[in-house]
Formats: sequence, C-alpha cells, structure tokens
Amino acid sequence: MNESTIQPVQAEGFSLQALKAGDRAEFSRMVEIYSGNIYRLTLKMLNDPQDAEDVLQETFIKAFRGLKNFDGRSRLSTWLFRIATNEALMYLRRKRPTFVSIDEPVETEEGEQRPVQIVDWCCMPESELMSQEARQHLDEAVERLPHSLRVVFLLRDIEDLSTAETAEVLGLSDTAVKTRLSRARMRLREDLSVYFSEAPGFSGLKER
Amino acid sequence: MALPSEPHNHDNCRHLLGSLSDYVDGDLEEWLCAEIEHHLEDCENCRVVVDTLKKTVYLYHVTTEPKQMPREVKERLFKRLNLDDLIDKVK
Repeated sequence: MNESTIQPVQAEGFSLQALKAGDRAEFSRMVEIYSGNIYRLTLKMLNDPQDAEDVLQETFIKAFRGLKNFDGRSRLSTWLFRIATNEALMYLRRKRPTFVSIDEPVETEEGEQRPVQIVDWCCMPESELMSQEARQHLDEAVERLPHSLRVVFLLRDIEDLSTAETAEVLGLSDTAVKTRLSRARMRLREDLSVYFSEAPGFSGLKER
Repeated sequence: MALPSEPHNHDNCRHLLGSLSDYVDGDLEEWLCAEIEHHLEDCENCRVVVDTLKKTVYLYHVTTEPKQMPREVKERLFKRLNLDDLIDKVK
C-alpha cells in the first residue's frame, strides 16, 4: 500500500472521520476543548473583547466549513490557530491598515537592539513580581509590542506552541520565528526592567 | 578566582545578543552555548541580561491566565454555531 495515501483517522483524540462528516457532537467537543485557547489568543492580539469574540466565532464557523478539506498533516490545534490568527490579522488591518504586517522584513542591518536596562531585579520577592499590579503591567507590555512580534510571542510563550508549529501557523521560517521571539522577549525584558527597578520593593536591592 | 585571560571585548556582547533567547530555551548548538557561557563568566552586564530575560519568560509562563472564557462568550459561541443544545453535554 502506498503510505502517502493513508489518511490519519484520529487527531488529538478526535475522530477525523466524524469531524469531516460534520458530526455535531464531535465538532462540539472540539469547540469545547480549543475555544478557550483561541479566545485567549484573539483577546491578547486584538485587546478588544468584542473583536476577540467576533474572531472566535468566525474561526469556528470557518473551521466547520473547512474541516472536510483538512488533510491531517498539521495538528488540529495548529490548523485552528492558523485560521484564528489570519482572521485576527484581517481585523487589525481593517482597523489600522498601515500598521499591520506580519510579513514585514526583519531589520537585519541594525542587528539586535542593545539592552539599555542593566538592572538585576531577579531577586525581588515573587509576591511583588506577581502582584496584581505587576500582572497588569505584564499585559500592557505585551500590548506595546508591534503586532509582528506580539503574535509570535503569544503563540510561543503563552500558547506554548513549538517553533515549528508557530512557523506553520504564520507561514514564516523557523529562523524568522526565533528572531521575532528573541526581539519580543528582549523588548519585554527592557520594559519589565524599567517597571521593576522603579517599584518600591526594589529599593535596597543591589543595583549593578 | 581565575582572572580573565584576555581583556573583555564588548563587541562580543552585541554579537551574542541575538542568541540569548535560544540560550534560555536551551535550544542552541553546543559550541555557541559554550561561547556564551565563557562570555558570561566575565561579563557582569550580560549575566544580568540573561538572568532578567529568563525571569521575564518565567513570569509570563507562570502568570498566564487559565484559558477559560466568560460563560456568556461561550454561550454565544455555541449559539452562533447552532450547537446550543450540546453545550456542556459532550466531554
């Protein structure tokens, strides 16, 4: 038998046959399991609960229609993230057409931005690093990232996708994903360094 | 404590910056990893950058909210998909 003609029958615990045949119960199970991840991603990409909800709904409507053509080569979750990400980027382009491009070239000639903040805040107590106020600042720092870096950071560090899966979702090379993740993390590090070094709990710690 | 065998060259810091994210993920080739570790031995500034970068990634990991969405968002989603009869029914 030719191996390439073998179609997977199971994907992440779902019956692909049932999903492709439009089985409502199986589709409902898929929505139950993945909708939380998709909503968290769209909310953080768009920073607008209404837009995030619209994109969430569009994602599963498109998934339902597209399932019959799903070939099982990617993971179901990766495929859903791809639909959701494309949909969210389309929303952003519609709202702010000039600011959103996931394909923008990575500026190689300048190399990495040199870190400016050299302050060691690692030893601050976790109660301060994870206070309600600090958590809010963590969220705001992500909101300040350009979209092309933000989406990579969200998929890799928040949704825990691998480099290869993130590359597949965004249609980028593994190298581009790594470069963008590095830039996103370095920017967040700068942002948090400013924030924590100004926090009351920082005084008394050794500044280097 | 061993003294650095050569004067510290800050050009190296810049050259290694792009690899620090892969370094904290443990996702670097052995030779580059060794180069970074050698550099960190006598570059206090880069050590601070690596430590705070690790802590940044860690903080986002541990503070990520659970993936639950508001009940009403879920109800509207199931309704929009004509699955409202199946909400919370299938496991």
